Amino acid sequence: MTEHENAYTSLIEADDDARWAFGTSFDDPLAGVDTTVPRGVDAEALARYCLMLADDALVLAQRLAEWTTHAPELEEEVALANIGLDLLGQARLLLARAAAADPAIVPALPEGSPVPPDDRLAYFRDADAFLNVHLVEQRRGDFAATMARLLVFSSWRLALLEGLRSSADPVLAAVAEKGVKEVRYHREHAARWCITLAQGTDVSRERMIAALDTVWPDVPELRGTDPAEAFDEAMRVVDQVMQGAGLVRPDVPSAMGRGRDGIHTESFAELLGEMQGLAREHPKGRW
Amino acid sequence: MMQARDVVARVVDPELPMLTLEDLGVLRDVEVDDETVVVTLTPTYSGCPALATMRADVLVALSRAGYERAEVRTTLSPAWSSDWISDRGRTALAEHGISPPRPNDGPTDLVLMPSRPPACPQCASTDTRELSRFGSTACRSLHTCRACGETFDHVKEI
Repeated sequence: MTEHENAYTSLIEADDDARWAFGTSFDDPLAGVDTTVPRGVDAEALARYCLMLADDALVLAQRLAEWTTHAPELEEEVALANIGLDLLGQARLLLARAAAADPAIVPALPEGSPVPPDDRLAYFRDADAFLNVHLVEQRRGDFAATMARLLVFSSWRLALLEGLRSSADPVLAAVAEKGVKEVRYHREHAARWCITLAQGTDVSRERMIAALDTVWPDVPELRGTDPAEAFDEAMRVVDQVMQGAGLVRPDVPSAMGRGRDGIHTESFAELLGEMQGLAREHPKGRW
Repeated sequence: MMQARDVVARVVDPELPMLTLEDLGVLRDVEVDDETVVVTLTPTYSGCPALATMRADVLVALSRAGYERAEVRTTLSPAWSSDWISDRGRTALAEHGISPPRPNDGPTDLVLMPSRPPACPQCASTDTRELSRFGSTACRSLHTCRACGETFDHVKEI
């Protein structure tokens, strides 16, 4: 049996190898997993698809993490951080899957760089190589906007992941299987808050309605991701929540976002700057 | 020399140290392949940071027991579920004031009704209230007992 005072002592003791300084410092999230692309599956298309889903999760995880020390109450701060952590975990698995399927997408770094492929993709890609939808990159807004976005996003992602459990790629199928269990909790959390805010005080209701107006122009972009049925299923669930909350879908024009083509908003540049700045300064950093 | 399987089975979870990895249900396989011990673990949640510590602890335990060559592999399928926590693990959680998960019914339909309250691990009352669906680690939620005033963690059904 190991005799550690706490989780940190075991990390220090485990090995003497210096680690890449800015990543999660975990091992390869797919260590030991057979990442051979199955016959009949287009490796480049698979990598691109995994990258899209990874970027959605990674960018929203970053936005959710911004709430740490800013949330309305401690329990909610922990909840938002936990949801972000789940999404970050999904992002790592999907980035690693994308990198294994098509190594050409992984940014090249100087010889001897200790950065693993999933971190290279997260920290060393430029904005136009990110394929996330605009919905996840918009500034976090107030708490109501965060919950409105999370409701739409998690409803859609859950529907998508449910379908991907039978993907022709067993790695993607396994990632989806895990993700379904997690995102189910995210959706429920967001749905409860949207109803609570809409049925709360006059002020909370006003802010919930304003939040939906803010978020909605970026919702139609989700329909462009295969399979489009996931979008219909998400809207069915969102309507159910809206009905419970006494809300209606806003009637606002689509922002016509093209995040899947690598075209992003100004706020995304700020987000990437904060997320990538330190790692890019020290691509060989070890600790 | 202790069997490699027994060495690994005794390693404990870094965040729930009353549970061994076997009790938690994340230990999927231990094989000795040409003098190398190959251990297969599965993560609880996709982003659970404890997995890195578990891997490290497994390697340290094997090394101390005389197994110098060892590697830890990950498997994602079948996905971990709270149903994989052993009966012994559930008893250990309750004894340490953490409410164990109930059997998983697993529907993914959205249910906005209050969830069935877990029983208080101190006084067994079911008059408990959820404080937060997301607790101190990815796998736990936070509750309080109206009967005895205890605030406790519950390992979520997933």
